[in-house]
Amino acid sequence: MLDLGKYIIFSLLFIFFSISSFSETRKFNIGKIATKEEVAGWDIDIRPDGLGAPKGSGDALSGEEVYAERCASCHGDFGEGIDRWPELVGGSGTLSSHDPVKTTGSYWPYASTIYDYVYRSMPFGEAQSLTYDETYKIVAYLLNMNDIIDEDFILSNENIGKIKMPNRNGFLLPDPRPDVKNLNGNPCMKNCKTPTKIIGKARDIDVTPEDEKS
Amino acid sequence: MAKEKKDIISRRSIIKAGVGLGALGLSSKTLLAKEANNKNLPPNVPEWTETLGDGVDVNPYGMPSEFESNVIRRNVEWLTASTESSVNFTPLQDLEGIVTPNGLCFERHHGGTAIINPVDYRLMINGLVDREMIFTLDDLKRFPQVNKFYFLECAANGGMEWKGSQLNGCQYTFGMVHNVQYTGVKLSDLIQETGLKNNAKWVLAEGSDSSGMTRSIPIEKIKDDCIIAWAMNGEALRPEQGYPIRLVVPGWEGNMWVKWLRRIEFGDKPYMTREETSKYTDLLSDGKARMFTWVMDAKSVITSPCPEKPVLQKGIHQIRGLAWSGRGKIKRVDVSLDGGKNWKTAQLHSPVLEKSLTRFTIPFEWNGEEILLQSRAIDETNYVQPTIKELQNIRGVNSIYHNNSIATWLISKNGKVDNVRLG
Repeated sequence: MLDLGKYIIFSLLFIFFSISSFSETRKFNIGKIATKEEVAGWDIDIRPDGLGAPKGSGDALSGEEVYAERCASCHGDFGEGIDRWPELVGGSGTLSSHDPVKTTGSYWPYASTIYDYVYRSMPFGEAQSLTYDETYKIVAYLLNMNDIIDEDFILSNENIGKIKMPNRNGFLLPDPRPDVKNLNGNPCMKNCKTPTKIIGKARDIDVTPEDEKS
Repeated sequence: MAKEKKDIISRRSIIKAGVGLGALGLSSKTLLAKEANNKNLPPNVPEWTETLGDGVDVNPYGMPSEFESNVIRRNVEWLTASTESSVNFTPLQDLEGIVTPNGLCFERHHGGTAIINPVDYRLMINGLVDREMIFTLDDLKRFPQVNKFYFLECAANGGMEWKGSQLNGCQYTFGMVHNVQYTGVKLSDLIQETGLKNNAKWVLAEGSDSSGMTRSIPIEKIKDDCIIAWAMNGEALRPEQGYPIRLVVPGWEGNMWVKWLRRIEFGDKPYMTREETSKYTDLLSDGKARMFTWVMDAKSVITSPCPEKPVLQKGIHQIRGLAWSGRGKIKRVDVSLDGGKNWKTAQLHSPVLEKSLTRFTIPFEWNGEEILLQSRAIDETNYVQPTIKELQNIRGVNSIYHNNSIATWLISKNGKVDNVRLG
């Protein structure tokens, strides 16, 4: 009996200290602990190293059909883009030109980003309706159209972090700004040398819409 | 003319950047006041004096005067494929002080406005934390709160102006900015509830809208001043601004201020989302692009006179404008009437707050001559707002984002005002 009483007291003390130490780390005691299932349902992002990529796979051959059905009405059969919807294919060698074409092939530095974006927000207006395999197939199709993988290459959670994208080294870090000459808060105030000839007027370009006359 | 349009605009580069630009609201209605009715002028007694007006509760939620119906957000239809993934612009030319009315704050959506019943709202915090947790809206409102004014500027504000003057209006060239007072809980307080692992260096902020907007943010910024906000200017967030919860990332580009925020994940590396790789990176003339250019550098704009606000008569006028900096407070604003040859320092109006719009004015007497009007902001780090030429020399003309250069308004002899480029 005595032993049982001691046991109960020790147990209560243990619980008490457990709770109090928990309270100390949780300053406000607001909110609830998320379950693994709750987190799994929302934690859909995947990283360049493939972390977070769900189990699945697909190749470009089978991706062509999924792409045609779910993507082509806006992006075109070959990723060329219809109307003002984005081009997904091509643009290689244009980034330093007067009219750079920034596609998944010419510009995007990581294949993981294509998977992440297609799964979370495409097709436009039907977000998160693709299966994991369908998403791998579509990404494989786009990579193949951009000459990055062969048509029978099976893209999967195992290898998506290892795809080398053409523009992988096209980005500069860190931010070098302020990048203009440091005037230390004292710019010229009088008789400054600056061009004051008008070389362009927005009015002449004439792309500014006007309100409808009421 | 057609060829010139094509050469200068390069619509494709702008559209590919996910940027929309809006139309100019320069209509006859805007320009010309209706003729006064003599029956309402002295010595006569106006009609609104002789009759009763509406009683209380006719408008349980008050709206602006019907005579202000031209003070609205505007977009440019030709620029984007759909209005659900597009942008419109704040009518800065019609606003006073530093507070942007909630209904006039520009909108930028990537998958339309999500409509969320607050009882269904949940914020999840997961990843490299001691406890993965979920909070309701009521939970969040139980934390200590802060109330702070901050500007929010889209990184592409002025993006159409990199190559030359394109859109003839203050609204379309500067209107992707707004300034409101946010109420919310500091993320540094929320972290005390979840705990953080030592290797937590980055945050992924994720929206619950149809685009599932995501951006990576370094942990230092999260601990410094980021806010989980539920109110703007004293009332609940507007649906188009992220109701019921948006992230506030003071001084940094608007795309990071994730609306309809559903999840915050802590990790040890950046996530390299679509928005921070294929968009919101600054393409230089050599084909390389700057990444993670988050801060919005000091900038200013003259909101009157401007293309929408011509000078209607000679004599004294008050030049009015706004200045802001993502690096702190505005220290000084200078104004030039001769295209930047000579400058005078304008008056700053209180409050002058860090990372907030700041109002400036300076009186000006117009005698019918041509004027090349410019403003130049200096912030508390002594950074001086640059000319477009200075930016072009370093970054080329394909950058799209982070154009904080000095603009020029030409006041012609007839009082009309034009957006012009000097060179």
